[in-house]
Amino acid sequence: MNKRSIVTSLRWMCAGVAVLLSGCHMEVLSPKGDIGMDERSLIFIALGLMSLVVIPVIVLTLVFAWKYRASNTKATYAPKWSHSTAIEAAMWAIPCVIIAILAYITWTSTQRLDPYRPLQSKVRPITIQAVSLDWKWLFIYPDYGVASVNQIAFPVDVPVHFEITSGTVMNAFFIPQLGSQIYAMAGMETQLHLIAREQGTYDGLSSNYSGAGFSDMRFNAIATSQQGFQDWIKQAKAAPATLDASAYQSLLVPSQKVPVSYYGSVTPGMFGHILQPGMKGMARAGKPMDGMSAAAGMAVVPAHPTQSKAAE
Amino acid sequence: MFGKLSLSSIPFDQPIVMWTLAGVVIMGAFVLGAVTYYRKWTYLWKEWFTTVDHKRIGIMYIILALVMLLRGFADAIMMRGQQAMAAAGAQGYLPPHHFDQIFSAHGTIMIFFMAMPFVVGLMNMIVPLQIGARDVAYPFLNSLSFWLTACGVVLIMLSLFIGDFSATGWLAYPPLSELKFSPTVGVDYYIWALQLAGLGTTLSGINFVVTILRMRTPGMALMKMPVFTWTALVTNILIVAAFPALTVALALLGADRYLGMHFFTNDLGGNAMMYINLIWIWGHPEVYILMVPCFGVYSEIISTFSGKPLFGYKSMVYATVAIGVMSFLVWLHHFFTMGSGANVNAFFGIATMIISIPTGVKVFNWLFTMYRGRIRFTVPVLWTIGFMVTFVIGGMTGVLLAVPGADFVLHNSLFLIAHFHNMIIGGVVFGCLAALNFWFPKAMGFKLEERWGKWSFWCWLVGFYVAFVPLYMLGLMGATRRMQHYDNPAWQPYFVVAFIGAAIIFAGIGFTLLQIVVSIRNREANRDLTGDPWGGRTLEWATSSPPPFYNFAVLPKGEELDQFWHDKEAGVAYRQPAKYEDIHMPRNTGVGVFMGAFGVLLGFGLIWHIWWLAILGLVGMIGSFLTRAYDRDVDYYVPAAEVEKIERARMVPLNGLIDRVDVAASEQRVA
Repeated sequence: MNKRSIVTSLRWMCAGVAVLLSGCHMEVLSPKGDIGMDERSLIFIALGLMSLVVIPVIVLTLVFAWKYRASNTKATYAPKWSHSTAIEAAMWAIPCVIIAILAYITWTSTQRLDPYRPLQSKVRPITIQAVSLDWKWLFIYPDYGVASVNQIAFPVDVPVHFEITSGTVMNAFFIPQLGSQIYAMAGMETQLHLIAREQGTYDGLSSNYSGAGFSDMRFNAIATSQQGFQDWIKQAKAAPATLDASAYQSLLVPSQKVPVSYYGSVTPGMFGHILQPGMKGMARAGKPMDGMSAAAGMAVVPAHPTQSKAAE
Repeated sequence: MFGKLSLSSIPFDQPIVMWTLAGVVIMGAFVLGAVTYYRKWTYLWKEWFTTVDHKRIGIMYIILALVMLLRGFADAIMMRGQQAMAAAGAQGYLPPHHFDQIFSAHGTIMIFFMAMPFVVGLMNMIVPLQIGARDVAYPFLNSLSFWLTACGVVLIMLSLFIGDFSATGWLAYPPLSELKFSPTVGVDYYIWALQLAGLGTTLSGINFVVTILRMRTPGMALMKMPVFTWTALVTNILIVAAFPALTVALALLGADRYLGMHFFTNDLGGNAMMYINLIWIWGHPEVYILMVPCFGVYSEIISTFSGKPLFGYKSMVYATVAIGVMSFLVWLHHFFTMGSGANVNAFFGIATMIISIPTGVKVFNWLFTMYRGRIRFTVPVLWTIGFMVTFVIGGMTGVLLAVPGADFVLHNSLFLIAHFHNMIIGGVVFGCLAALNFWFPKAMGFKLEERWGKWSFWCWLVGFYVAFVPLYMLGLMGATRRMQHYDNPAWQPYFVVAFIGAAIIFAGIGFTLLQIVVSIRNREANRDLTGDPWGGRTLEWATSSPPPFYNFAVLPKGEELDQFWHDKEAGVAYRQPAKYEDIHMPRNTGVGVFMGAFGVLLGFGLIWHIWWLAILGLVGMIGSFLTRAYDRDVDYYVPAAEVEKIERARMVPLNGLIDRVDVAASEQRVA
C-alpha cells in the first residue's frame, strides 16, 4: 500500500461522506447557534483525529488478510514470530498520542460548553423556565409574567438562560439545532444556556423516554427578531388564562399531543413552587398535603447547583 | 388467594400476543410430545438437567442463548417494522404500551438472557479444558447458576402471556419505574427475573475466579494461561465486583415498590440520580463483561488460523487487565447530561478515552498476528475480520460520545443506539458466533458446515451495516431513541432501510440455525476424530472431541504458552501414560433444577403478590439447599480400568490419523 493510494482512497471516502450527508437534512450538523456550532466542530475534529488511526487499521486489516491468505505461498511465513519491541512500543504510543490530544480538547471544550456556564454577551439574557410534564412542556417567562405550553420564542443573538425541572418523571430538554441537551428532573433544577444566530422555528423535544405519550412530547422553539419576540409576548399576554396552582394542577393530568397554549399571567414564584418538594403533596393527584412531606422535604437537597459546585 | 392475578391479567385482547401464545403452546406440545414419544425424559434428566459437567452446562447455556436470541430478535424486527411505518401521523401497528414493552424486553433479553448466557456458556465449555482441569471448582454451584438463569428466562417469558412486561426501558430508570408511574406488574417481572438470574451470574463469577486461580494444571503459571482464559479471569472478577451493585439497585427499587420506601421517588427525599449512578456502576463493567471474553475468542481464532502464536501476548494480557480496572472508572459517561460540573464530566470523558488505548493495542495485536501468517479463511476467521473492521468504527463513535461536548447533542439519540449495537453486534455477537463455529467440534465431536456459516456471516455483516448506518444518520438528524411514532416524513426512508437491514440479519440467524441442522444431519461426514480439527494450539485441543467427562485421563503439563502446539512439535502429543489412575469426579444432582423451579415460584409469587406461593418458593429453595448441604454422597472415583478402556477406544481411530495431523502441521511449517 503506497502513500498515494491511501491519500486517494481517503479523498474518495470524504467525497462519499459529503454526498451522503448532503442528501439529507442533518439537524445536528446544521446548527443555528453558537453552542451547536462549537459542538459540531468538536464532532468533526474528534472524528478526524481518530480517523488517523481507524482508517489505516481497517485498510491494514484487509490488506494483511488478503496478503497472508493461506493460498498465497509466496508471502513470507514466520510461524514463530510473536514479539517485536519496536512494534509493541509503537502500538501503545500511537493511541496514547491521539488520546492525549483528544483529552486536551475534551478538557477545554467541556469547560467551554458547560451547560451551566453563562454565555458571553453584551445583551442581557432572557430567562425561560421549562417544566416537563406528562406529556408536554410548560414554559414560564418570569421576567414577562407569561407562560406557554409546547412553544417558546426568543430573539436571535440574545443568550437564553433555561432553568429546567420536571413535574413528573425524568425527561431531557433538547433543541437539536441549537446545541446541548440536559435532563429535567423533579425536585431539582438543571440549567442550560443557548443562543440562536438565525431566525427560524426549530424542533424541540424530550430526548429521554418518559412513558406512553413520549413520542409527541415536542415543542416549537421560535428564534425571531426583537420585534417578533415582543409580538409573541404580547400575544401571550392577551391570553385570558392564569398559571396558578389550580391551572398547574390540571396540567399535571397526563395528556398527549397537547396543542400550543398561552397563559397571560403567572402567579409569582410558580417555578419555585414546582421545584419545592413541599408542593409534591399537590403532585400526588388528589391527596391532601400532610405534615410529613414538608418535614421530609427539608432533607431534599436541590441537588444540582450544589453538586456541580462541589465538584469544582 | 391469587394476589393481583386474575383471568383478566391475560391479554386476550392483543392478537399479536395471543398468536404468539398459540405458537408457543403448539411448539411446546410438539417438543414435549416428541421427547415423550422417543422416551428421552430419563436421558434428559440423568444426562443433562442434573449434570454438573461444565461442558454440558456450557452447551445448555448456549442453547438457552440461541433460543433467547430468537425472542430478542422478534422484538427487534417488530420495533423496526413499527418505526418503518409510523411516520408523519401514522401510528403503525403497535400502540405505545405494547411498543414500550417491546423495546424494554429487547434490551433486557439481549443483554441478560442472550449475551450473558452465551459468554458464560463459552467460558464453561472452554476454560476448564484450557487450564487442564477436570471440572470447575464448584460443580454443583455451576449447575445452580445455570438453573437460576433459566428461572429468570421462565419469568421473563411468562410476562409475555400473563400480565405485562416493564415499559420503562432496559434499565428501568426511576421515577418512571416507580409504582406511581408504572403501577402494573411489568417492572416487578423485570426486577425478579434479573435478581434471580443475577444471583446465578454472581455465583458463576465466583466459581470461575476460583477455578482459574486454583485449578490450573501443574506448571501453568498465570502468564502461561491461554488468552481466552485470561479474558475469562478478568471477566469473572468484573462479575463478582459489579453484580452486587445491580443487586442493590434493584433491591432498593423493589423496596420502593413493595415496602413504600422512597429511595428513588420524586417525593419524601427520594432521588433518582442515585439509582442511575448505581445501575451504571454495574452497567458499564457489564458491557466489558460481555466484550472481554470475546476479545479472548478472537485472539485464539486469529492465532490458530494464522498458524502463529498471538503477537504480543504480554501486551494483550496487560491491556485486558487495564480494561478491566478502568471499566469501573467511567460509568458517569452514560449521563453527562445530568448536570454534573464541567470538571466531573471532563474527568469521566477522558477516563473513557483512555480505555480506548488498551483496546487499540488489542486490535494491533490481532493485526500483527495476521502479519506473516498463513491465514486460512474458515468461518471463525471471517467473523474475526468482520469484527476488526466493524469494531474500530464502533470504537471511533464511542470515543466521540465520550467527549462531553459531542455527547450533549448525541446522547439518547439513535446515533447512540447505532454505536452500542455496533459494539454489541460487531463485537459480542460476532465473537459468540465465531466461537460457536470454532469450538463446536470440540463440544459436539463434529464440525459445522462451512457453506451455511459463510452465508450467515455475510448476511449478518451486510445486515448490520444496512440496519445501523441509517440509525447513525438519523441520530445526526435529531431522532431520539424509543419513539413509537414521529412526525418528520424525511426520516421514514432511513427507517425503512434499517428495517431491510434487520431482515437481512434475520436471514443470517436463519442460516446459522440451518447450518446447525445441516451439520447435525451430516455429522458422520464432518466427524472430528483427532480432537484437533483446526491445528489448535492450546490444551482444549489435546483431548478428544467431545472430551470424555473427565476431560483429561492424565493432567497435561502446562509449562509453555500454546502448550499443545509445543507438544505436537516436540512429538509428545497424544502420548499415553504407562499406567492410568483413578479419577475423582462429582456426582450429578437435581438440586439445582429444584432450586431453579422453586425460584420461579418465589419470583412469580412476589410479582403477583401471592404471598403463600412466594413463601413456598423461598422455603423450597432453602430446603433444597439444606438437603444438598447435608448430602455426603456427592462424589465418586472412576476406576483406572474404565479410564484406560475409554482412552484406548479413542486411540483406535486416532492412531491412524496422527500421521496425517503431523503432515498437515509440518506442511505449514515448511511453507
